Amino acid sequence: MSLSIKILGPGCARCKATVEVVKKALEKRGLPTDITKVEDVEEIIKYNILKTPAVVMNEQVKISGRIPTQEEIESLLNQYV
Amino acid sequence: MFDWAQRVADWLIYSILGIQEHSKVGDALNFFVYDTIKIFLLLLIITSLMGVINSYFPIDKVRNFLTRRKWFGLDYFIASFFGTITPFCSCSSVPLFIGFVKGGIPLGITFAFLISSPLVDAVTVAIFLGVFGWQTTLLYVFSGIILSMIAGYLLSLLKLEPLLTPWVQQLLKNKEVQNESSEETQHSFIQRLPIILREAWTIVKGVSLYIVIGVAIGGLMHGYIPTNFFEAYISKENPLAVPIAVILGVPMYSNTAGILPIMQVLVEKGIPLGTVIAFSMSVVALSIPEALLLKKIMTTKMLVIFLAVVTGCIIVSGYLFNLIL
Repeated sequence: MSLSIKILGPGCARCKATVEVVKKALEKRGLPTDITKVEDVEEIIKYNILKTPAVVMNEQVKISGRIPTQEEIESLLNQYV
Repeated sequence: MFDWAQRVADWLIYSILGIQEHSKVGDALNFFVYDTIKIFLLLLIITSLMGVINSYFPIDKVRNFLTRRKWFGLDYFIASFFGTITPFCSCSSVPLFIGFVKGGIPLGITFAFLISSPLVDAVTVAIFLGVFGWQTTLLYVFSGIILSMIAGYLLSLLKLEPLLTPWVQQLLKNKEVQNESSEETQHSFIQRLPIILREAWTIVKGVSLYIVIGVAIGGLMHGYIPTNFFEAYISKENPLAVPIAVILGVPMYSNTAGILPIMQVLVEKGIPLGTVIAFSMSVVALSIPEALLLKKIMTTKMLVIFLAVVTGCIIVSGYLFNLIL
């Protein structure tokens, strides 16, 4: 099953940290690390979140308002791959 | 409560390093060690505690709480109060704002939340406790809540809705009440605890450098600047001190972490506490990066009004503090 990952956040330090964590998790699982960074606010609010950063997998908000751990992302990845 | 930390500092500086007591170097180093220990401990405790409270009242819940029924003015208090326990990252201000008004929460109440959230946050409270003691901290928290309520209410009187940017107005026209919470699964408290503690640790780590630098500068000033040095320049009688301090604080983009340890020394050397509190308020509540983000949802006119109202409220509270303190 194909997986699209988006990180929502207007480019703050926490958002960048989130991107790094997700990339590391993907690398560890040997998956392609192409994630979309969504920095446009109009786009971000379409996901109905109140707090950034947020991690979106296949258009579903998985995490919002905090930096996830690598393990967390890995276990979320299990649902898709 | 922190006598032991003072003893650690005394022991380390005077016994181990053998620096003479009451010397300038000794005073400065002692201040540095003592303040660093105290502030970091308080930071860890308060951020964890706030994290626990926040896990019971996440932002989605607060929004649903506010939209579900009419509160007849009490909602200003609810919004400001919950703003204080919600950790805030200025990059969340826009989605938060939209989420609130889209859910049908009036503009004034949304503003109250938006003001109180950065104003009274865990880091500020912890450092206030560390440097000024619990009475001043309580005063800060209460006045932060009241200030947010008043500023929010004043902004609601100004009927600013037409000054929102067009795309936001369009959004509001098609507003729908979406009470769904995020897709995140609910975990038990025990499961959440590691996440909470990790978040707290991340916060502490993020501000640690600022604190060390702030305390180091504070320590130097503590050791080398004579007491009451500033009294001649910035006294309570100088009517312009408060507005100048507040306006200086607005563009400053810093967390309170680095600034408060320096403020503590400024107070010790004769700057009125009220002026200092007002200054810290304007540093945390208003910043240029946040204003730039808000420009996405507010026209320049609205942004100027927003900043002016908040700045005005902070100046007034600065005068009040100086009156009562």
